[in-house]
Formats: sequence, structure tokens, C-alpha cells
Amino acid sequence: MGRRRAAQDARRAREFEAFVAGAAGRLLHAATLLTVEPPTENPRARRLLTLSLAHTYACWDRLRGEDPYDHARQCLATRFSRAAWHQYGGLGALGRFRPRPDGPLARLSPQERLILVLRLYEGVAEEQVAALLGLPRERVHAMCDRATATLLHPPRGPAPAVLGAKAVSP
Amino acid sequence: MSRPQREAAVRRIMEGTPPPVPPELYAEAVRRGVRMLRRRTVAVRLMWLLLFAATVAFVVWAVMARPWVEPPSETTPPLTGW
Repeated sequence: MGRRRAAQDARRAREFEAFVAGAAGRLLHAATLLTVEPPTENPRARRLLTLSLAHTYACWDRLRGEDPYDHARQCLATRFSRAAWHQYGGLGALGRFRPRPDGPLARLSPQERLILVLRLYEGVAEEQVAALLGLPRERVHAMCDRATATLLHPPRGPAPAVLGAKAVSP
Repeated sequence: MSRPQREAAVRRIMEGTPPPVPPELYAEAVRRGVRMLRRRTVAVRLMWLLLFAATVAFVVWAVMARPWVEPPSETTPPLTGW
């Protein structure tokens, strides 16, 4: 029993190391896009990825043919959407941890970022994104379109600065 | 601008420079994963133990209380002396 478990641990460690070596770069890039941090200083994205990878490691023996990359990405997405609710706040400028808008997607809301990264950067099908986030498919489609439009044709005027000034002035 | 063109443009924006992967990420993930796995094992064992204890307690109670035996009647007074 002990020897079999040790062998299983060793096999898991080997497979997991190979998986991380192959997938960590792309997943970290996706996480950094989500958290809108600069590429060289991204503690929040690293933390997000570390926790997702740890979960994938813990579930490794039960994956049974399921793609570990899919599992890690799913963990990352659900963890980010849950964290976004608390950390970034639906209220924009009033959120406690206002991230410095550095990344290319800084103009978008956390949910728009998540949908855009899953749909276009990761290439996940619309139905799967909808199922993952618990939204209707049409809404995912519309939000993806809107986020694309916002990104390609940025609205004129620094909207976040105006919001910040309003919050500070009284 | 057609839809595929727009999507390609957004992909180009997102590609950018990939962040360097920190070397300690793998070790940290494994450390947390091992801890998660150990906690899960402990929780499963604890649950089985609880289930076992509950079963034993139920059997002991059933043997002592014998709930399947019809209780003696309490409404009719015992028929004595006739």
C-alpha cells in the first residue's frame, strides 16, 4: 500500500511538473491580462495561477482523461470571477483595491475582461463560457461584442479620471 | 470592419509581451496542492470515522431500547382479582 502510494506520488509529481512547464506561461499571461497588471510585476496574477495549479495538482488523480489545462483554466476563471466581486468591486472607482490600469484591457470591467480572455485569447467556445459563468449564451455574445468595440474604439475622454475626481472632491 | 478582423485585432492587442514565469511558482503550487490533498484525506477519514461511530451508537441504542417490541399497554389497567 505504502509503496503503491509512493509510486503514485512520484508519477503525479513528474506529470504535473511537465504540465506546469508547458502550460504556466500561457496561463500566467491570461491571468495577467485578467488582473490588468504590468507583465513584470504581477503578484495577483501569480497568486491566482498558483492557487489554480494547486487545485489542479490536488485533483490530478481524479481527472481521468480530462484535460488538466482545461481544469486549471476553469479554476482560474471561477476564482477570478469570485475574487473580482470582492476585490475590484462592481462600483469601479469605489472598490478598495483599485488596480493601476496598466494592462491592455484596463478599460474593461472584470467580467468583460474574463469573457474576452476566455473567448478570444483562450479560444473557448461561446457555449462553454456561458456554462462556466452561468450566463445565457446571447449575453456572452453581446458582452464579447461590446468589449471588442470598447477596446478597438475607446470612448473619448478619460472616464476613470472623472469618476476619481468626483469621489475625491466632496 | 468585419467580425473576424475585429477579433484578430483584439487578439493582437492581447498577445503583447508574455510575462516571465517565476521559478518558484511550481514549488509553491505543489506545496499548496499537497497540503490540499492531505487535508482532503484527513476530512474523508474523519467522515468515515464519524459514520462508523454513528452506526455503532445506533446499534447499541437499538439493542438496549428494542423499539420493535410492542410496549406494554398503559391505558388499560391490569386485570387482576376476578
